[in-house]
Order: sequence, then C-alpha cells, then structure tokens
Amino acid sequence: MNFVLPVWTLWKREIVRFLRQRSRVVSVLTQPLVFWILLGAGLHGSFRPPGAAQTATYFQYLYPGIMALVLLFTAIFATISIVEDRRAGFLQGVLVAPVPRSLIVLGQALGGASLALIQGTVFLVLAPLIGIPLGPITILATLGAMLLVAFQMTGLGLIIAWRMESTQGFHAIMNLILMPLWLLSGALFPSAGASSWLGWVMSVNPVTYAMVVLRHCLYLDTPGVVADLPPLAPALLVTVLFCIATLGAATLTACRARS
Amino acid sequence: MEQLRHQYGTRTALDGISLSVRTGEIFGILGPNGGGKTTLFRILSTLLQPSAGQVRVFGLSLLKQREAVRKRLGVVFQHPSLDPQLTVMENLIHQGHLYGLSGAGLRRRAGEMLNEMGVADRAGERVHTLSGGLQRRVELAKGLLHRPDLLLLDEPSTGLDPGARRDFSALLRRLCDRGGVTIALTTHFMEEAERCDRVAFLDQGRIEALGTPDELKAHIPGDVVVVESNDLASLAEKIRARFGVEPTRMDGSLRFERARGHELVREIAETFPGEVLSASFARPTLEDVFLHFTGHRFWSPAAEDAASGENN
Repeated sequence: MNFVLPVWTLWKREIVRFLRQRSRVVSVLTQPLVFWILLGAGLHGSFRPPGAAQTATYFQYLYPGIMALVLLFTAIFATISIVEDRRAGFLQGVLVAPVPRSLIVLGQALGGASLALIQGTVFLVLAPLIGIPLGPITILATLGAMLLVAFQMTGLGLIIAWRMESTQGFHAIMNLILMPLWLLSGALFPSAGASSWLGWVMSVNPVTYAMVVLRHCLYLDTPGVVADLPPLAPALLVTVLFCIATLGAATLTACRARS
Repeated sequence: MEQLRHQYGTRTALDGISLSVRTGEIFGILGPNGGGKTTLFRILSTLLQPSAGQVRVFGLSLLKQREAVRKRLGVVFQHPSLDPQLTVMENLIHQGHLYGLSGAGLRRRAGEMLNEMGVADRAGERVHTLSGGLQRRVELAKGLLHRPDLLLLDEPSTGLDPGARRDFSALLRRLCDRGGVTIALTTHFMEEAERCDRVAFLDQGRIEALGTPDELKAHIPGDVVVVESNDLASLAEKIRARFGVEPTRMDGSLRFERARGHELVREIAETFPGEVLSASFARPTLEDVFLHFTGHRFWSPAAEDAASGENN
C-alpha cells in the first residue's frame, strides 16, 4: 500500500488543480474544436486526402487527428504544471519525501494522462455528428487507444518538463518538437500524398502509428474507412513500446535531474 | 558532518565543513547570503549531492541511506512549498500521503498540527488567501506532520515582520522544549541567531566560529566603541597614536574593541571635541562577533554580489 499512496495523492492533486482552473478546462476544449472547424471547413472543398476512403470527407479525416491534438494539448498543459511546481517550490517538498522518483513520475504521468483522457472523451461525444457511429465496442476501443496516446504524450512532456527551468523554454520546445510530431503523424494529411522524404519522416515518427491505432479503433463500426489503413497489430505494438519508452525515459530524466 | 565540500563548477560554495548538531537543540547557521547556507541546507535536505565529505543523521549515512534519512527529516523551505490552489488541509493530507500516513489517523494528526500552529480555523481555505506569516505556520505544520526527529528550516523568518518573527521563534522553542525534535536552521537575522542554543558562523564556505551566543560574545572581552566623524582618516590616526588601538573604518564610522568602553568614549569626546560627531559603546552583539571573526561586515557589497550568484 505504501507505494500506491504517493502515486494516488500526486494523481489526485493534478485532477483537483485542473478542475479549479476553469480557464484551463475551457481553453483545452475549445482550441481543438476551433482548429477542427476552421481547418476542416477551409480545406475540405479543395483537398481530398489521397489515401482516405472515397466516401470520407475531410472533416471525418481530420477528426481523429484533432483528437490526438486534444490529447497532446492536455498532456502538455499537465506537464507544464510540473515546471511551475518547481518554480513555485512545491516540487522541493515532494522531492525530499521518502518517495522514489519513479513513483513521482508515475503519479504525474497518471495525472496528465487522466486529464487528457477526460478531454478526449468529451471530444469523442462529437463523433456521431460527423457520421462516425459509436457502438459500445468502438467507445471502449477508442478509450483504450486514447489512454495509450495520452501516456505517450505525457511521457514526452515529462521528459522535457524535468529538464526545464522555465515555462517559456517549454513553449519553445513544444513548437519545435511536439507540434511537428503531430503535424507529421498523418493527423492533418496522409503520407501517401507527401513527398518521399516527408513520407520517410512520417514513417519513423512514432505518433504516426498512434494515429493508425486511433483510426482503427474509431472506425470499428465504419468498416469502409479502415480498409485503406495500415494493419492494426504492428501499429499497436509500436505505440505500446513507444509509451513504455517515453515513461522510462521520463523516469530516468527525473532520477538524474538536479532538483 | 565531516569535511563537507561542494563546488559549483570552479566556485567553491562549501570548503570543508565539519560540525555536529546535538540532539534536542536549536542549532543556527548564521551567515550572509552567498556564504554557503543554502548549499548546506540543500545537502542536508537530500536535494544536493555534495562534491565530497560525509554526513551522518542519527547514525545513518545521508548519502547512502537517503530514503531512511528522509523519513526522519522534516524540511521547511525558504520558498513556500505549499500548493496555493489547494486548501490548507488538502496540502497537509497530500504531504501525509507522501510520508505513508493515511486515513483517520492522518486527518487527526493534521488537525492537531494546525491547532498547535494556531491556524486550525483556516483549514478549509485555499492557501493563497493566507498571509505570509500564516503560510509559514502551515509550512511548519507540514514539515512536522510525520513527526520528524530533525527539523531543517531554511531562513524561516524571511518575509515575516518582526512580530511574526518573534512568534515563530517562540513556536520553535516550544517544539524543542517539549522534546523529541532537534532543529537546525539557517538565518541571516542576528536576533534569530541569538535565540538559538548554538550558532555557527558560515562565511565564504567555511565555519568561522561555533558556540552558544554567549560563548561567541566572550571572544570580545570588552566593549565595542563606535565613533563617527567627518574626517575619519585623521581621527583614526590620532586615536591610534593616543590610545594604542587599531580602529576599523566602516560606513562612516570607526569601531574598535576595548575593555571599559565608557571611559574611552568620554576621553575621546574630551580629547577631540571638534572632530567627533558621536561616540558610543556597547556590549558586543553577535554582529560584532561576526565582524571580529570574518573581518568584514555582514552586509558588505561583496557578500551581496555573491548572494545574487548563489540564489539562481
């Protein structure tokens, strides 16, 4: 029990803090929504994704991509709070407690991933509006996929957050690394239409595989769309491995970090 | 601790510190900012690995048995470590969970501590609504929650007004007198150091002196005489010639240590009536002793520069 308790309390704090900051709740939800509507509305007339099913509109193509963005944003905001914790001094108090760093990271990752999952679920409710039917299996599978992606993103965020002294630095890294990871994941456009070097970059981007998993799960009740996707099993394997890798790296970073 | 050293790059922050704190006392580490206090505190609180040296806490090695040491340490940081978004009680519960406490026992203990610190009526309020003094008390409650044997405090009275500072000292004294907890604190306030059982002067990474406040003051046998003048140089020369003492110039005044200071003050006033603006004597304070040992004033410009270097 002694090792569940610190993880639980760190997780709970992240949730309580999030719910007490209304602006955070609102912004994380509305921003992707605005992105989705504007990008979708602007591009769907002039742009037909070459790899996507003939029946799919760009709104539908973009939807899982925006879902990944929701997860990314929430996870990133959650990890930024760790940089703030350090600056405000709260983290010091945690670091001198008799709790191994690995458990501190686990608590933070669970907190960030849970928040991302909550936001993702709220966004999922919109799926039927654009003609993606949500059966119980689809919902469960999508929740599972979102959880995996949420952990990845939180893990990535934590690796960065544990090295950062300021939130400004974090924003720079986010624009430089995290946004391109998302842009080049097939969230916005499929690799089929991209130039060859870009296609290559996309194929080594782990988030690409997470996108494949998300699409598979989301379209379980819409078989026509899945036919054009790469197979699920290898993508799922890559996603799980990347998840473990980011969390492992985050733990290592935390253990080495100068407090 | 023995031969504790720490370097940031090429700058030596601690230069071979050896001292021991006795069980049940309030031990003060007094020094200017930049003298190495914060570095020492961070090492003792297990946040920083020293470059060299040994520290033992209740027979445990601070460097090799971190987890075991952490359980017995209570730490109160200079910068607030409370979450301002959470209530006072939520902060304590969070802390308790980190130390393996839980359930009704934890709630009861947290309530007791808040009571003892006189902030029980604020338990349900968010921390950011509390004044600085009250937040300090909550910090202390947080640090003591798991019944540590050694309480470390970094500059506990920074940001407190003099009244709150005295209350806080009295609170520490009560904790200590009731037994069970040893207190080590860093400070740059002379009055706070005066209220410790023993004090170490830490300056430029070295312990310059160590003892009870009275023992330290006994290093200056007589009184401290301070003379102010418009022409310090010529007056210093004349005093040296006439009385055979070596005055130190400092902030527009001359000061020197001398037995029977009251007689000297009168003689100086009578001998150099036109040149002396004021002359006074006093029993030495800890600040005088600090000056005696380190040869520089507590708040010299050099110390200030070093301070801005260390705190970042």
